[in-house]
Amino acid sequence: MKIANPVRSSFEPTLVDDGRVIVNIGPSHPATHGTVQIITELDGEKVTRADVHCGYLHRGFEKECESHTWHNLMPYVDRLNYCSGLINDFAYCQAVEELLAIEITPRCRVLRTLLSEYSRIADHITCVAAGLMELGAMTAFLYLMTLRDYIYEHLADVTGARVTYSYGRIGGLARDLPEGWLKRLDEVLDEYETYIGRIHGLMDRNRIFIDRMRRVGTLTQAQAIDYGCTGPMLRSTGLARDVRKDTPYLAYADLDFEVPVGILGDNYDRYVVRMREMDESVHMIRQLVDMLQPGPINVDDPRCVLPEKQLVYSEIESLITHFKLIIDGPRVPAGDVYSSQEGANGELGFYIVSTGQGQPYRVHCRAPSFVHMGVTHLMLQGGQLADVVPTFGSINMIGGECDR
Amino acid sequence: MARNIIPIQSAVVKEPTFDYFTTKKDELVGWARKFSLFPYPFVTACCGMEFMSVSSTIYDTDRFGAALPRFTPRQADLMMVVGTVTHKQAPVLQRIYEQMCEPKWVMAFGACATSGGFYNNYAVLQGIDKLIPVDIYVPGCPPRPETVIDAIMQLQEQIANEHHVILKGKF
Amino acid sequence: MDANLPERLRLRLTPEAPALTVSGGMPVVMLQPAQWLDAVRTLKTEFGFDMMLDVTAVDWPGDALRFEVVLHLYSTRDLVRVRLKTRVPEAEPVIDSLVSLYGAAAFMERECHDMFGIVFRGNDDLRPILLYEGFVGHPLRKDYPKHREQPLVPYRDV
Repeated sequence: MKIANPVRSSFEPTLVDDGRVIVNIGPSHPATHGTVQIITELDGEKVTRADVHCGYLHRGFEKECESHTWHNLMPYVDRLNYCSGLINDFAYCQAVEELLAIEITPRCRVLRTLLSEYSRIADHITCVAAGLMELGAMTAFLYLMTLRDYIYEHLADVTGARVTYSYGRIGGLARDLPEGWLKRLDEVLDEYETYIGRIHGLMDRNRIFIDRMRRVGTLTQAQAIDYGCTGPMLRSTGLARDVRKDTPYLAYADLDFEVPVGILGDNYDRYVVRMREMDESVHMIRQLVDMLQPGPINVDDPRCVLPEKQLVYSEIESLITHFKLIIDGPRVPAGDVYSSQEGANGELGFYIVSTGQGQPYRVHCRAPSFVHMGVTHLMLQGGQLADVVPTFGSINMIGGECDR
Repeated sequence: MARNIIPIQSAVVKEPTFDYFTTKKDELVGWARKFSLFPYPFVTACCGMEFMSVSSTIYDTDRFGAALPRFTPRQADLMMVVGTVTHKQAPVLQRIYEQMCEPKWVMAFGACATSGGFYNNYAVLQGIDKLIPVDIYVPGCPPRPETVIDAIMQLQEQIANEHHVILKGKF
Repeated sequence: MDANLPERLRLRLTPEAPALTVSGGMPVVMLQPAQWLDAVRTLKTEFGFDMMLDVTAVDWPGDALRFEVVLHLYSTRDLVRVRLKTRVPEAEPVIDSLVSLYGAAAFMERECHDMFGIVFRGNDDLRPILLYEGFVGHPLRKDYPKHREQPLVPYRDV
């Protein structure tokens, strides 16, 4: 059966017999995370040209947004960067709260910051683990997966799910922390120290690892800025730009943390930047646990927050509010806003347009992974075919975020 | 008046003693195939996170013989379609399924592979069974690792009870 | 954000307009399509907006000028963002491309073209990026029905 080809390459095989071949990598390839196709022109083992095709996981997120209420989008937003699901939740909620002109409660602020950092740790663990496994380091992968599982089970205690949480709510959070959660958090952070110590021991001065990652997939600072790179990609080139420090949001202005930067912008630098960022996140989490005060987690605003169940069952006003919020959705004032947070990959922004209805008019996600796909061909060209694997792994392209 | 009764005969003339051998052969081949599954992880989306977790130390599919992934369809017999399959990805899925050799089984891992999940729009294939036959559907978004292990065990039971054809059409 | 920035931007880019709105700490500049490339070049060279964050569009089907193109720029030196907006009509949804100024524009304009059909004059690589070859239509337009699937592989009969 003739199967249609979904893409068109930007270069064709040349008619001159100069020994160059065109090799297709992906999209169903472990190194490209199953959703990116790289059409490479090889001269022996050297990649002379690379054409990157993403879009194999385009799930119509932005079109779906226009037919659901503001509240109902939470699961869709979760599945953007599914490695750090909570950051997406909170970034979206922050954008809607800006349009509603709501100030979240102090406890919610601290909790959102804490859970964002926790999610960031999980994302960086996944990126480093996948990258190391693709280089052949199975042990490091299994250590990191064990650690990540502890984090997932722990987050399941508070949110109810391991990977895609739907925990953020417009105006607050779904529920408060259960008993004993903070004690378990201490235990998980101690496990973190143990496991990450092992990874440092296995990788940092490992001859093979350094040979495969140093001066491979180099990105200059000028290229990074020109192509809109943010997050660890930009920081590995030496520029200390981080939305948490530059335009602080949530509780970041009250925290003491550093922004790690690299030197050359190669794969090794990105590995080190991510490992150091995880350490900084742990440091931030410990400060946030001390900052946590008891109090309400949801704003007392009937425009968007569901009333207490007791009141819904006894008062008619709460019943009607609950009904209207579920059926019609919160009426967000007309206007547009662009609100961004520091996702695990860089600046995660939401541009939302409202016409005063309970359903959004337009939701656009500025996805850092998509922007980084635009610069991938520069990082691959000139390298070896075998370098495609670690370079792509260090970009941390997450399909849900890239293709939306 | 004598009645002419036409005897009902089965399509294959069975010999009871030979039946014993074919049953034992099926059990042996079934046992071998179910405990040596080589998955082809067709991973696209969020379910991939749970796939990584279920293959790792805490939940471990290696105990069932189903952990070692073969990243080429030619060497694999279980295709685990993990995550959403979009219309852009559908030709790729079709081609990879056709490249696998018999016997092959397909696991639809997660709600999106089963039925498109909650993405009911222009971009998403509403279930991979529109293109390829599926042997086991794993519900969940994403499914917990225990659900995946339960699915592997049920698939193993299916494989154990199948009729395994060795030579084409016979035995 | 420097408090004078909205006024400086207004005087330099759209002097005849009233004061610029500031949305979430970001000045919003309304432009004509003909001014697009020059305004962005001014912002990059004179005001230091060296990073392009995002270009997208919004579909207003009732309006004469149907598509609103929205651009976000960021200055890594001054740590400030700016939003630029313009409108293009449905009959001729053409606007200048920014690939000559920012490398990031390549992929983002391809996505905008895919989803809305807006043609970026100067970007000669407008192949489908999120959609596939053979997809007819532009899904994020309000008149494209959400459920209209265009399968590439024929379904099997069950």
